[in-house]
Amino acid sequence: MYDVLIVGAGGAGLSAALSAHQEGAKVAVLCESYPTRSQTSMAQGGINAALGNVEEDSTALHIEDTLKASGELGSKKMITKLCEDAPKSVRWLESIGMPYSRTQEGKIAQRRLGGASSMRACYAQDFTGLKVLHTLFDQCLKEDITFLNEKFLLNFVVEENVVKGVTCLDIRSTNVELYQAKTVIVATGGYSALYYGFTTNTNQSTGDGIAAALRAGAKLSNMEFVQFHPTGLKKSGILISESARGAGGKLVNQKGERFVDELKARDAVSRAIYAQIEEGNEVFLDIRHLGETFINEQIPQERKLAITYAGVDPVSEMIPIAPVAHYSMGGIQVDSEMMSSIEHMFAVGECASSRVHGANRLGGNSLLEIISFGKMAGHNAAILSTSSDYVEPSEKQFDSDKRFIRGVYNFTNQIDFYEKREFLGKICYRNAGIVREDITLKAVLSALRQMQREFPFMGLGDRSTTYNTNLVEFIKFGNILELGEVLLVNATQRIESRGAHYRIDYPQPHKSYKKESISWKEDGTLCADFKRVTS
Amino acid sequence: MKFKIQRFCHHREPNMVVIDYEVPLEACTLLEALTYVKTKVDPTLTFSSGCKSEVCGSCSVRVNGKEQLACGYKLQEGDLIEPLRYMQVLKDLVVDHQKAQETLNRVVGWQAGISQKGDMSIDEEKRIELQSDCILCSSCFSSCPVLEVESSFLGPFALTRNYRYVSDARCEDEKEKIDVVQDKGVWDCTLCGECTIACPQGIDPKNDIMMLRTKSIQNGYSDPSFTSGGGFGSDDFGFNPSF
Repeated sequence: MYDVLIVGAGGAGLSAALSAHQEGAKVAVLCESYPTRSQTSMAQGGINAALGNVEEDSTALHIEDTLKASGELGSKKMITKLCEDAPKSVRWLESIGMPYSRTQEGKIAQRRLGGASSMRACYAQDFTGLKVLHTLFDQCLKEDITFLNEKFLLNFVVEENVVKGVTCLDIRSTNVELYQAKTVIVATGGYSALYYGFTTNTNQSTGDGIAAALRAGAKLSNMEFVQFHPTGLKKSGILISESARGAGGKLVNQKGERFVDELKARDAVSRAIYAQIEEGNEVFLDIRHLGETFINEQIPQERKLAITYAGVDPVSEMIPIAPVAHYSMGGIQVDSEMMSSIEHMFAVGECASSRVHGANRLGGNSLLEIISFGKMAGHNAAILSTSSDYVEPSEKQFDSDKRFIRGVYNFTNQIDFYEKREFLGKICYRNAGIVREDITLKAVLSALRQMQREFPFMGLGDRSTTYNTNLVEFIKFGNILELGEVLLVNATQRIESRGAHYRIDYPQPHKSYKKESISWKEDGTLCADFKRVTS
Repeated sequence: MKFKIQRFCHHREPNMVVIDYEVPLEACTLLEALTYVKTKVDPTLTFSSGCKSEVCGSCSVRVNGKEQLACGYKLQEGDLIEPLRYMQVLKDLVVDHQKAQETLNRVVGWQAGISQKGDMSIDEEKRIELQSDCILCSSCFSSCPVLEVESSFLGPFALTRNYRYVSDARCEDEKEKIDVVQDKGVWDCTLCGECTIACPQGIDPKNDIMMLRTKSIQNGYSDPSFTSGGGFGSDDFGFNPSF
């Protein structure tokens, strides 16, 4: 039995683990692969903090920029908490070994990302996330944190609205296992893999923790808000960092025309690019004028990615790009202490909706959130675990999940779920992505609900009981079907445009929707509502 | 495009087979080809993958005997794909990375204390920049011929991580970090450079190991192959019979 069981080993999970451990809690981290393989490794641009190392900046400006990007759905209280903590988080990483890039004076280097009024993102070339993640992982090794690797979350064990642990699939043996814990921190990442084939994320970003929380009775919020990054590589969706535009990269079409201010917030730039593509134009990112030395020094990964995946060298050629799903703002609704609507269940990072991103996230704020709020969640969970008694759960959830896995092996496999996954990705991108409208959203919803009905006829092509990735991918597809429904319902009901949610039939924000969407399940039925953001 | 995959499953009989595949893809990455096979031809094919952009370290395999990240390697006609070496194969191309990762504990691959140093010069950062690009894909581990004969050798990536923290201007326990790379560590390396060729991030573990040897000498250690069998302990300077 653990005091604090953390599900997910990205930056949020590891920050939480370190901080809970520091409080003396018995901690374990459940991880579907290995700790350094999470999405955090892919974050390139930087981590925001108003240090003012390169040009004048202030926490007040950081708060203002974040609030502005949030489309009036951010909470001033939570944003203030995050931005005030930012310099501390950045320096904490520095104190445990983070190899930031440096200015001539030896200070932490900072650069401008979209929507920021100052050079605020601290970075390590364009490997910021990778280096943050490995710095945290190394500290976890030092502190001898327990990792439960290659365990895939199935469900939370919740009784009388208190979480008691989790059930998971041991991927190697395909056995269902139960881990009991006084508190659980969900740090499982986002759900951009709904847009399969059109996302910078891994195909594993299926919001597994969010879906399990929804099944367990937790409230979700703002699920309709998914950020599309303006510059994914056209063919593969692989991310070309915003730092390329921050440094002066230009967006042009095949006629060489610029059509948008490159440093606007991501949603505005993405829509402008999408409109160009809809008109039949091709769009390119041009960084040739930055020169080879600068590119090699500041954004070496971008050059490598463009050469490998697009076959163009950005030193001498323009990079063909398209906007792709990048970050999901919605997730498990949490309070200011990172606790969900289920007691003792915390959530942090991309899987949580902590009211700092609102309708649109500012570049550089997600790495900040996973560190600042990750530490806070770990701390709070540890404190709570010491002051609470633990009543053993019944075997109900465990038994039900064992039956489910056995059952899946007997599903008929008449319908190929891989084909459905690809199709769903395509229709979501085309109709429920950057530009949405009532009729298309409803059409996608109806197609998705048909897939839900067909789910028991999909099943496995691989019935082996050893390291069955086909089984894991199948359950993940089930999770994305569950969350896709929430996203589509929320997007249909939000009859306006706000932040990353853009409705061509209602292109303006409307004051009656200055509210966050809330979704939950009652007896398996999805319910949705809107609620005003307070403070 | 035709290629071959060495597949393994302890349930199957025989448990190891090489199977030919053909995918209707041109100029694709190996990961795209593997995904094509899994989703359209044979869902039992098992491999790991993640970011698709060479930064998470999940999809390393061997292609014609050389380590590659499946997501960054352009598939060639007739390629033979195998799992990494020196780690237990769990199924097909998936190996148990646990053993390799445990070497990180042995090298004390972390910063020991909370540093108050603050500012660092560009030069100080550059000293650890390349080493901290490591994605723990274990490619170098699989390429290392020393591990074939000495399974407890620390291996390239752990030594690189040790060097990364030893060279960090914030390091406060250099002696301890150098102590732990003496046994089955820096002196066991043959400096063949296979790890340097294998690294998808362009890291040079061989050079890091040479630097660690220099630091070892500065810390009072010496190359054990010179001290054993006479060496500096006896009078026969200049001639070592063990050579």
